[in-house]
Amino acid sequence: MSEQPILKVNNVKTHFDVTKGIFSPKQIVKAVDGVSFEIKHNETFGLVGESGCGKSTLGRTIVKLYDPVEGNIEFEGKDISNIKGDELKAFRKNVQMIFQDPYASLNPRMTVGEIIKEPMIIHKIYDTDEEREARAVELLKIVGLKPDHIRRYPQEFSGGQRQRIGVARALAVNPKFIVCDEPISALDVSIQAQVVNLLKNIQEEMGLSYLFIAHDLSMVKYISDEIGVMYLGHIVELGPSNDVYYRPLHPYTQALLSAIPVPDPDTAKSKSRIVLEGEIPSPINPPKGCPFCTRCSKATERCRNQVPEPVKVGERTVWCFLYEK
Amino acid sequence: MALLEVKNLKTDFITDQGIVQAVRDVSFQVNDGEVLGIVGESGSGKSQTMYTIIGLLAENGVVGDGADIKFDGKDITPSHFANKKEYTEAMRKIRGNDMAMIFQDPMTFLNPIMTIENQLIEPILEHTDMTKAQAVERALELMRLVGIPSPESRLKQYPFEFSGGMRQRIIIAIALANNPKLIIADEPTTALDVTIQAQVLELIDNIRNDTNSAIIMITHDLGVVAKLCDRIAIMYGGKIVEIGTDREIFYEPKHPYTMGLLNCISNPDDESKSPLTPIPGSPPDLLDPPKGCPFVDRCDKAMKVCKYHMPGETVFSETHSCSCWLQDERVKNNE
Repeated sequence: MSEQPILKVNNVKTHFDVTKGIFSPKQIVKAVDGVSFEIKHNETFGLVGESGCGKSTLGRTIVKLYDPVEGNIEFEGKDISNIKGDELKAFRKNVQMIFQDPYASLNPRMTVGEIIKEPMIIHKIYDTDEEREARAVELLKIVGLKPDHIRRYPQEFSGGQRQRIGVARALAVNPKFIVCDEPISALDVSIQAQVVNLLKNIQEEMGLSYLFIAHDLSMVKYISDEIGVMYLGHIVELGPSNDVYYRPLHPYTQALLSAIPVPDPDTAKSKSRIVLEGEIPSPINPPKGCPFCTRCSKATERCRNQVPEPVKVGERTVWCFLYEK
Repeated sequence: MALLEVKNLKTDFITDQGIVQAVRDVSFQVNDGEVLGIVGESGSGKSQTMYTIIGLLAENGVVGDGADIKFDGKDITPSHFANKKEYTEAMRKIRGNDMAMIFQDPMTFLNPIMTIENQLIEPILEHTDMTKAQAVERALELMRLVGIPSPESRLKQYPFEFSGGMRQRIIIAIALANNPKLIIADEPTTALDVTIQAQVLELIDNIRNDTNSAIIMITHDLGVVAKLCDRIAIMYGGKIVEIGTDREIFYEPKHPYTMGLLNCISNPDDESKSPLTPIPGSPPDLLDPPKGCPFVDRCDKAMKVCKYHMPGETVFSETHSCSCWLQDERVKNNE
């Protein structure tokens, strides 16, 4: 397809300086260390990885909460690294975020109506409060809440309902692109499916594109068109979601998938799993070669010394020497 | 005889808003060496059931009359003791000894200003006649058992020097210190990453094979119960709505809530991405629970009787039973 992607991430690196004193040796957390991918219009890109892999930092870099130290991000073909003023405001209107914790991300002293109307006021979308109010009621209906909820406070709602309020707030400014940072991980199973279905429906109706960040691969597979698997600041495998989920190539993706407990007693009790030894290394001092080499059962001397280049396998890209031609 | 027998357990919490009926008439038993999974969503009463049994109920918690808890032949029902002091004393002797608990969040359970060594030997010194040197020896043995590399060098460290997965291993080691007959694990892997969760589940599986301790596994993750549990109890709105063996619950679920739960997890073998079937609505408010079946407001098969009358228990096999009007003979005969 020659169509231009809505978002293009080019070799982005986001580092944090955590040096303790002025005389101590410099310590840099390489949270995101050279990541590239594209998100097409009206599609969902799922970003998965364990805690500390840099997926949330990447999400926050994309919405310009952090600035990358290297690389750039293009939104609708335009580099957003140095945009200012009106352009930045337009970008912020087009790109919204849904947060993980529905308890922390809603101001307890604002009513639901005020929460949903605030972005409309900031971006001057409507002239009168009546219009804003009408739009807020409409949004509440879209996300499956009742119009009379508008005068209530967030604490009167359950976790799933609060997440719906968060979705309504994100939709308030008619964005084109939403970063969903683990929107369902704080919710109960029966509620997770409600929120995922809601996100899918509004995507179809409004033509939205999503970056969906999560650690739960089974839900990500379900909602995403493409999946990127992150490990220690790098994407190690990237491709169509069914390929990645059902035919994983990278040893880390294989281990991650095999670690998910299968909700089926016969399979779960007979299945032998790839149990990874050890834990994720510190991003202050990552391995010299492949980020996964310290835990990989197939690692060779070369993996320890040399960073693997991306290899194309069908529609997929994998960063592993095993697939070199 | 069962190792743990719980009958008609009721726990209420007295709050400013009113009385929260967290556990409503729960009965079950656990046999020697088996793993019982208790599955439910937040607020279903699964954790409070266990806190009541192990005697760690919050101050405002009240155990209802008529409850009966027997553990290892002993009566440990709070109301059957002469006074609170006697009950507390009795439970202190059992807790950390024959009955141990593994908590969800390792960082709040471990004391941040005590070394791992002191936290490990504390239950050993409390409940046995071992000397300190022997207790340290036992602590090292436990650390090896739960797979902590080079335990000698890590004994003197503090909890913050351990990663999440390693901390959870320490908690499991503390629980195992006195070879408990029953381990209650409250969401032991929820706070962990998938690959670390797999390590800890593997460890728990090995422990149940090696030690013959019975385990009660509280979780909301159906994958975890499928992997570990022999029997599963499904809790909803403070009640056990269905209980059965792992295969009975997963392959022959009878309660609409159990079926709903199984439907709303994404099927790993399905490449089609057909929409998930969520359960509509949200769990009941236990300040004012429905008079009848707790699931009535979310159930697509609800009838008039469900709203006003609590369903009785229908027994399908020696292990499998469920509380739902749909399974009731009288309703079935009417159809």
